[in-house]
Amino acid sequence: MPETEVKATISKSTGLPRKRFYRARAHSNPLSDSHFPVPISPSQFDYSLHYPQIFPSSDQADGSRKIQFADIGCGFGGLLISLSTLFPETLMIGMELRDKVTEYVKERILSLRVANPGQYQNVSVVRTNSMKYIPNYFEKAQLTKMFFLFPDPHFKEKNHRRRVISPFLLDEYAYVLKAGGIIYTITDVEELGDWMKSCLENHPMFEALTEKELEADPVVKLLSSATEEGQKVARNGGQTFQAVFRRIVPSDQTS
Amino acid sequence: MEEAEAEAEVESNRDNVEVAPALIAVHPEQISVAVAVGPDLRVFDLLAGSAASLVDECGAPFHKDSIRAIRFGSRGKLFVSAGDDKTVKIWSTESWRCVCTVSSEKRVSAVAISEDGCHVCFADKFGVVWVVDVAGSHGHVTLGDRKPTPLLSHYCSIIPSLEFSPDGRFILSADRDSKIRVTNFPKKPLNGAHEIRSFCLGHTEFVSCLAFVHARECPQGLLVSGSGDSTVRLWDISSGALLDTCEVAAKAGLLESNGEAEEHGHAVTDLCTTISGLLIAVAIQSLQGIVLLSCDVSAQTLSVSKVVSIAGEAFVPTCLGFSPAEGMLWMVTGVSSLPACNYPPLARVRVISSIDAEQEPVVLGDDEIPGGEKLLETLQGSASVDESAFLAAAEAVKTAMRNLLIKKQYPADNRESRKKTRNDRKLKM
Repeated sequence: MPETEVKATISKSTGLPRKRFYRARAHSNPLSDSHFPVPISPSQFDYSLHYPQIFPSSDQADGSRKIQFADIGCGFGGLLISLSTLFPETLMIGMELRDKVTEYVKERILSLRVANPGQYQNVSVVRTNSMKYIPNYFEKAQLTKMFFLFPDPHFKEKNHRRRVISPFLLDEYAYVLKAGGIIYTITDVEELGDWMKSCLENHPMFEALTEKELEADPVVKLLSSATEEGQKVARNGGQTFQAVFRRIVPSDQTS
Repeated sequence: MEEAEAEAEVESNRDNVEVAPALIAVHPEQISVAVAVGPDLRVFDLLAGSAASLVDECGAPFHKDSIRAIRFGSRGKLFVSAGDDKTVKIWSTESWRCVCTVSSEKRVSAVAISEDGCHVCFADKFGVVWVVDVAGSHGHVTLGDRKPTPLLSHYCSIIPSLEFSPDGRFILSADRDSKIRVTNFPKKPLNGAHEIRSFCLGHTEFVSCLAFVHARECPQGLLVSGSGDSTVRLWDISSGALLDTCEVAAKAGLLESNGEAEEHGHAVTDLCTTISGLLIAVAIQSLQGIVLLSCDVSAQTLSVSKVVSIAGEAFVPTCLGFSPAEGMLWMVTGVSSLPACNYPPLARVRVISSIDAEQEPVVLGDDEIPGGEKLLETLQGSASVDESAFLAAAEAVKTAMRNLLIKKQYPADNRESRKKTRNDRKLKM
């Protein structure tokens, strides 16, 4: 790629990629067959590619440090960027199905790493369909936080199975979450908010955080303020609906 | 012009998808043998030495479209058949009466019966596994219509195989996205199975079949799986760890003999394990015969023991069944219909005996098969089958499997023209 072209997509004042060069459709069909590479199993996920400063070579992955936060459908990556400095010791990854958006986040992280040496080394992004391939990226009980911020609402009942929070998919999220791990959801669509809340309430392996716990958690405040979608909603004076639940071990399923 | 071609391709694919392979299931004590081909379900009673007459209050035909899965319960009391007509029929093997008909929302791709015989599970084309409580069904008692409850789901992925672990604690589901999911089978399955024990990840294509190697050293059993990637793999289900991989197609000499290896040409279509001998019989596309693998439980390895070829006819098995009681491997080849010619459902049954012993396995002649000519007449539809159609049948089954389970790759330049034929665009025009 010629150098001038690369520079055109990067803002001169901030050094960050400009969003207008990474326009993409707002929605993507999660049901269609995907042809991007997917690791066969979590052990084949190349940490050195995503976190080069922390893992200088691919054979050095000692297995002691693994990704702990996953932002499912990370969009333009606003939350990840905020979390990166809030939890500098934690590895985190954004998962996004739209390839142009993933490209933007990738560029954004690279620019931030250049502008702030030593920072943003713990954050990365991958293009994938997390509804299909979550177990290919994370082992059992690997994650401590999962984020589902402003997901596609899929209003039609026929398309409810495309929703990223569903009773069946929660089984898989419970599998990759450690006991005590937390799932954060937020939306500006009341109907979807009710749906996500009721899915989580009815699942035997999740329980709601109390008001006190919500207030004490610094991440909860970021849900509406850090993401591009959240800022858009706030600009338009919209309402948001959040559901934050903890992964528990149900008493009748201890085997 | 291009569009017409694309459409013709879609049409021909659709024709092929409708083709279903012939299936076989053997009663655990070899009291009866069942063959399903197309919508026909044929059962031969080996004790009586005659065809079993199936009784269903819903009337005949029992299935209105191709049957995709048949299976006996491990205790032999129940038999289940299900398929493209979106019905699951549960039969008592004592009376061969249909004790329960279950309606599915989608086509059914796999069935399993819990170890205690109290629950029947089936997987539909959307990747949802459903459970039906069938406790108390036996002999002449009919349960009437039962509603299935969703148990678990693979995200919109076809599930070609469902299996219970030998100790009954886990239900395993294999999918088109090369995953095997091991889920705790709860005490109250009607509330759903939420606790995933492990994922067995390592296959690079769809997983077509699952079976357990039984061994005294390992009461939970070791899992073996066959896949479209032409391998059989050995797993520890409690951790999901891949223990060994056997490139069966390559080891059986299929890749070399063909010269240039045809992509996806040698998918493993079925496998079944023997109780005591730690042998695994494997059926592979394009292989005329079967491969016998032996499993070393303490070393946790798989190796090719021998390739058993069937002399005299071009017999590529589409499904395998094993009877531990007699140590016989039952095989069937056939297809629901042949798109090109006007053929009736085609099925051919062969048996290999002394599969478990130290001696050489013997491919039985038609007159040596238990039940003899009468059995063949019942299960095949006629005592003699036109051999010339076998290879065409095997080819049709292969194409159908590829269309159903292998992800389609479209070249980038073709993609734009394909978008023009999208269904939602058509409506606007």
